[in-house]
Amino acid sequence: MRYLPHTREDIDSMLESIGKDSLNDLFSSLPPDCLLQEDLNLPPSMTEWELTDHMQHLAQSANQFNPKMMFIGAGSYRHYIPETVRFLLSRSEFYTAYTPYQPEISQGTLQGIFEYQTLVCRLLGLDIANASVYDGASALAEAVLMAIRITKKKKVALSDAINPLYRQVVSTYLSPTEYEIVNLPYLSNGRTDLSVLSDPDEYAAIAVQSPNFFGVIEDLEQIGSITKEHKPLFICCFSEALAYGLLKSPGECGVDIACGEGQSFGIPQSHGGPGLGIFACREKYMRNMPGRLVGQTVDLDGNRGFVLTLATREQHIRREKATSNICTNQGLCAMAASIYLASLGGTGLSKLARINYDHCEYLKTGLKNQGFSILFQNPTFNEFVIALPEGKEGLYDKLLAKGVVLGLPLESYFEEMKNHYLVCVTETARKEDLDLLIKEIAS
Amino acid sequence: MTDKLTPNGIVQDEPLLWEKGRKGKTGFSMPRTEIGPSDLDSNLIRKDLDLPDLSEVDVIRHYTRLSQWNFALDAGSYPLGSCTMKYNPKINDKLAGLAGFTESHPLLRSNQTQGILRIMYELEQLLCEITGMEAVSLQPAAGAHGELAGMLIFSAYHRNKNSKRNKILIPDTAHGTNPASAALCGFKSVPIRSGDDGILHPEQVRELMDEETAGIMITNPNTLGLFEENIEEIARIVHEKDGLVYADGANMNAIMGIVKPGQIGVDVMHLNLHKTFSTPHGGGGPGAGPVCVKSQLEPFLPVPRIRKDDDTYSLESDYSLSIGKLHAFFGNVGVLIRAYAYIMTMSSEGLKKASQLAVLNANYIKAGLQETYYLPFDKTCMHECVFSDKDLKEKGITTLDVAKRLMDYGVHPPTIYFPLIVNGALMIEPTETESKEDLDRMIAVFKKIAEEESADPELLHSAPRNCKRKRLDEVTAARKPCLTGC
Repeated sequence: MRYLPHTREDIDSMLESIGKDSLNDLFSSLPPDCLLQEDLNLPPSMTEWELTDHMQHLAQSANQFNPKMMFIGAGSYRHYIPETVRFLLSRSEFYTAYTPYQPEISQGTLQGIFEYQTLVCRLLGLDIANASVYDGASALAEAVLMAIRITKKKKVALSDAINPLYRQVVSTYLSPTEYEIVNLPYLSNGRTDLSVLSDPDEYAAIAVQSPNFFGVIEDLEQIGSITKEHKPLFICCFSEALAYGLLKSPGECGVDIACGEGQSFGIPQSHGGPGLGIFACREKYMRNMPGRLVGQTVDLDGNRGFVLTLATREQHIRREKATSNICTNQGLCAMAASIYLASLGGTGLSKLARINYDHCEYLKTGLKNQGFSILFQNPTFNEFVIALPEGKEGLYDKLLAKGVVLGLPLESYFEEMKNHYLVCVTETARKEDLDLLIKEIAS
Repeated sequence: MTDKLTPNGIVQDEPLLWEKGRKGKTGFSMPRTEIGPSDLDSNLIRKDLDLPDLSEVDVIRHYTRLSQWNFALDAGSYPLGSCTMKYNPKINDKLAGLAGFTESHPLLRSNQTQGILRIMYELEQLLCEITGMEAVSLQPAAGAHGELAGMLIFSAYHRNKNSKRNKILIPDTAHGTNPASAALCGFKSVPIRSGDDGILHPEQVRELMDEETAGIMITNPNTLGLFEENIEEIARIVHEKDGLVYADGANMNAIMGIVKPGQIGVDVMHLNLHKTFSTPHGGGGPGAGPVCVKSQLEPFLPVPRIRKDDDTYSLESDYSLSIGKLHAFFGNVGVLIRAYAYIMTMSSEGLKKASQLAVLNANYIKAGLQETYYLPFDKTCMHECVFSDKDLKEKGITTLDVAKRLMDYGVHPPTIYFPLIVNGALMIEPTETESKEDLDRMIAVFKKIAEEESADPELLHSAPRNCKRKRLDEVTAARKPCLTGC
């Protein structure tokens, strides 16, 4: 076995030096009825070459579509990834290191994460960001728990226009406790309806997503003006972080906690994971924040360096009183996001976000011209909801047979949305792809 | 060779990204577009975006230099106790990176993603066989996430029986995440003391287990590297009061093919695929923490579940007792693919051998160092052994000093000051992928440091001397936090 470096002689001499007769003898002190009597029943071992064939076969049957003709997003987005990101991430020094508990020999990871925290803060207009959580959904769940800790209120208001998969995760996290989720309906323009909140002060948080699940950009400033006057924390989540290359940052709109998915920043879709849970908030909530934080300090010679800090919030020190149980996070994905953002820069990110917006609007207009109704009229980013015209109900499956995925069918998430689809366009869809799609639909 | 310090070579300084960036540079090939601009309400648009602009060469040099300040498993021994820093096979990374996997969208219909569903289904089956458990969800994204899944299952199980339980038993040898995970589900931790032999004793469990207690969270082998020999009796006591037994599977690397937790009384456990099944740790993640249960708890597993009918795989969410979803999609699929590839390579014989050699290596280290360092529990250990600084303190040397001096000799320190029940603990887990030569060198370095303790303790106090940075001021970092640059 090539991963096991011991020779027969090594094993014999090591056994001898510890006074054991055989490898089995290492386990002789275990109760005999705990010990397995038979071998594990697993498929026979594969060579590197057999395994490669096997996995290539599975990869081929994993995804039969032309990625260029997949107009589906809903929390997982196809964007171009510069080769530099993959190349740098595959450096063993990043890839095969552990959590940087020993800062003197982990300055690479630590400076990288400090830079990530800073870039995230600048993008989202907030003061501090953690070193990541699992994904957009768990980021929202952690944000809700944090708001409950801070305000000591038991109710949270969650917009129905938040990705339904995120809302399901929040409800899983809250299920064993007495906390209550109040749903905020969406308006006919696709934004969240806050009028059902008779007394905002009863809530720990008001949470919306922007751009929301329907792609609609929420009026964050208006919500911010409500939460400013009242007790609840304002949580803004997102599944398409790239939008903030173009849109006003949550921080400047009065958001207290911004959290969401960072997969768009240089991370492959990989069937939904690993992605990147981004989490940022205002400085005054620092000690209530979940997750790891990297801070700047100096060494004995006075040189700048970085360490994991404020560990007194964390599970390994505070045990049951910790702000979260998270320890392993998505470190390497945070590094990918940083490398991606460094490659684009502010100038590139703004430009790319604008291209995404324009490409999406192009298809929206094209479909409108084909007689499709666009369900929500307010501005959207990257995604929008269409209703298939009467007589065209079979269109989705017809396109599917041609290898085209016209978005996500919404009926299973919103029963009122029969024959409605959430369509996604990014920079990877060229004009000719979009024209082809429109032509297919017209024919 | 052992007394030679690690040479530094050329290791350059590197500023922060924003100290380096300048307007007018770019490191990205902007896609060409033939589509003109559309209108957007200017009230929604941000005025500026203050991220530094760099060239592609700037970016490559920046991160290559940073990487050179990191120690990593591919560079040498990394014997962090409880973390299982075993070699990460390179072929697995390549296979997880195949375009068919990386370009797959998670919300496609299941008939469009059969290959990935098959891998996930088969991985669940493989993990069942390895653990003796009967059903698995791969959704948890890390060990602590798997623990949370387990505690949510405890909570849902008792709620379903209309049984109000608000306490949970947690031994003093447990991982620190255990009480935090239990607290998220409203359980109050009740600590249990291990015996003088470092393991749990049934009478202590019997005394504390009652009908307000949801069950016990146990780590086996425990964090002292000792097998909990009374596990079956303990499980019987907990089950008599209709409690459940949770096993933290972080230390599964000691017992693959040797003990099946599912056959010795465990009802729920999580695995850390980034430990036991060799997926890279990535400087702190991503990992994967599948949760495994016995069949009576299967209805509570997270949804969606993967079903196989004949040769077709599908997703099923219709489980009324399920705890719900823990991740927006299916967990860290890229990590799952690597673990699957590892198991398919190792098979039954390879996994068992890996565990045997992991235990052999830990006992070899224990034997090699027990004359030199204080060993609080002197018996055959499993995959890790725990020493303490008891004998060093009189010389004014602490565990931290030893750890920092190890760096000067090119060995990553072990886990220190954990488990908490050993003062000044040094917890060494070599893993099976360290060769005899690596272990001999590690032992020689530890011994050399012990000699330095007497000869020149200042060498230890001032260590490390040979790394990118000297000891860092962690106290000021926490008192006056600076978490973002300007």
